[in-house]
Amino acid sequence: MTAAAIPMRLAAFIAAFAVVSPVFAAEIPLNERRSDSDFISADTRAMQNDDSANPGMLAVADGEALWNAKAGTTNKSCADCHGDVATSMKGVAARYPAVVPPLGLPVDLEQRINMSRVADQKATAFRIESKELLALTAYIGRQSRGMPIAVKDSGPSKKFIAAGRAIFERRQGQLDLSCAQCHDDNWGRKLAGNLIPQAQPTGYPIYRLEWQDVGSLQRRMRGCMSAIRAEPYDYGAPELIDLEFFLMWRARGMAVETPAVRP
Amino acid sequence: MARALIHVPPTAKSGEIVEIKTLISHVMETGYRTGVTGAPIPRDIIELFVCTYNGEEVFRAQLFPAIAANPFISFFTVATESGTLAFSWTDQHGQTQVQTAAIIVE
Repeated sequence: MTAAAIPMRLAAFIAAFAVVSPVFAAEIPLNERRSDSDFISADTRAMQNDDSANPGMLAVADGEALWNAKAGTTNKSCADCHGDVATSMKGVAARYPAVVPPLGLPVDLEQRINMSRVADQKATAFRIESKELLALTAYIGRQSRGMPIAVKDSGPSKKFIAAGRAIFERRQGQLDLSCAQCHDDNWGRKLAGNLIPQAQPTGYPIYRLEWQDVGSLQRRMRGCMSAIRAEPYDYGAPELIDLEFFLMWRARGMAVETPAVRP
Repeated sequence: MARALIHVPPTAKSGEIVEIKTLISHVMETGYRTGVTGAPIPRDIIELFVCTYNGEEVFRAQLFPAIAANPFISFFTVATESGTLAFSWTDQHGQTQVQTAAIIVE
């Protein structure tokens, strides 16, 4: 893109908002929420829904190997303590992020896996967004497929969800846009030829065709922040966890689709 | 070894047309991209895929840099006899990965 093209596109973008959305809607009513799977092409959806064609299943298979691999000074695998993944991890991914008592802070599923790896297996934590951590997260997430998202929103969770909402609704970046302006107010409309989805995080980690790889919700949000020319929060930053927490709460009751395929 | 997922129907009737689906983990790096330092990322692709059915070749595909990462290849064959389908992927360095799947023809 040339430097001259940027202000042009920017102006067009702002003009589009001025024209199509004179009224700023609030939160999406519960019964109008739709999975981001509804906003992708039929081909991509077919790829997602066929386990033998969904490339995210490669990560799930890698995750299964890691689940059964012995690690750390205890020389124990995840399976040695947790047993059958289909029962022990069923519904777990639907409950994260969650506030963990020793910290009093919310952690997402990736962080929770690393906590167990360090504390229980006495192994070194996986790097955030590493192939291994994404694979284990995808494998555990897969066990909740079809189950309703049910993050805890009472007690200490409240203030973190509220903090996530504040970031979601705050204008930021050079484009001076909030997440809500696209995903609450203008979902279903088009942005550069693509349908704007509601940003319901039902299928993470996702296989994104643009990435040619599996990635986390944090990676996706950072991409969106760069797109509105804001400086993305670092991986693992409390703000990103709060945002994840809010988004999962916003998608409460919707079915988990991990590993989803997105364009 | 790269992770590969193969879908072959475990049983089929004699003469039935069956769909075979394969998915393998591979970066399929085109050689046209540059890394964060600006240096080109070297090309690294799978160049050949072959499927044999009890030793007889039933499908072959050449792959090129325009194929996306984690190539998915699906094709059909006629179930003639019980036996083994062998799948091989060969990369540009000449490394070959072979994986097999059984089929029972009734």
